Amino acid sequence: MSVIVKKIAQLMSSLIFVYGIYIITHGHLTPGGGFAGGALVAGAFILLILANGSEYVRLKRQEEGSSLIESIAVLSALVLATVGLAAGSLVFFNNWLPGGIPGQLISAGTIPLYNIFIGMEVAAALITIFLALVIYKEEISK
Amino acid sequence: MEVMLSVIIGSMIVAAIAAIHARDLLSAIIAQGFVGYGLVICFVMLRAPDLAIVQIVVETITLVIMVAVVLDSSRKELETVIDRRQVATTGMSLLFLVLLLFFFNRAIGSLARFGDHTLRMSEAYVTGAAEQTGSINLVTGVLWDFRGYDTLGEATVLFTAAIGVLTIIRLAGKK
Repeated sequence: MSVIVKKIAQLMSSLIFVYGIYIITHGHLTPGGGFAGGALVAGAFILLILANGSEYVRLKRQEEGSSLIESIAVLSALVLATVGLAAGSLVFFNNWLPGGIPGQLISAGTIPLYNIFIGMEVAAALITIFLALVIYKEEISK
Repeated sequence: MEVMLSVIIGSMIVAAIAAIHARDLLSAIIAQGFVGYGLVICFVMLRAPDLAIVQIVVETITLVIMVAVVLDSSRKELETVIDRRQVATTGMSLLFLVLLLFFFNRAIGSLARFGDHTLRMSEAYVTGAAEQTGSINLVTGVLWDFRGYDTLGEATVLFTAAIGVLTIIRLAGKK
């Protein structure tokens, strides 16, 4: 791609990344949540890779990292749900943290934490799938 | 609004049929993208912004990946010849369609009017969710409190998909 496309992609991808983080962290206040924000964060990275070519990121290491983050995010969501089982009444996915004032950023108990974990999981899963396809293409062309 | 929705859904059906029968695979993908973005407009008109955000982002990413695949492989659709087996399968699907329409026509009388759904379960969610969960966004409150198992299943589906892609598509094994 030309220099213009690369520069615009670099500028835009940072904005898309911040917007994705906003959608994830405000998931309990505004439309959106973990799934939508995670897909946006993944889109920022995919835009960078598409504009700059596959040499821009060290593919193998990135793929290992995203795969690791994906597993850790799912595991921590499960651990959080199990802690809810231990704290208070015996309900899996129990909302055991204090609710706070509805409408503030830090409120709604465990729901923002679940949103953050699922956002990490969705972003890492989409990036892993995309990087696997890119690596496959490179290995085929060798 | 129902007229607008009918127009959008009708053109989405036309685009889906065009996507199946297009000779050029790139135009098939663009027609398929029309179906996806039409669905986004339908979600916005039916006041479901959560779904609209997810749909527009996922549609864009899948469209980009499919365009990359088509540009790297081939733009030509495979040539199909009409033989006896194809005639048989087409006849069977037409028969199934007629059967389905017959039963759908009988069942549609007992349904509520469009947009006028029965509120037995969702009424409890709508009235009590904000106080019980403390989440202003009702959709997130329902997703992560009342239907936590459901959402965990969705996340696991994506996790399994990523592992499946890594397993199938890898040529050289890890040392």
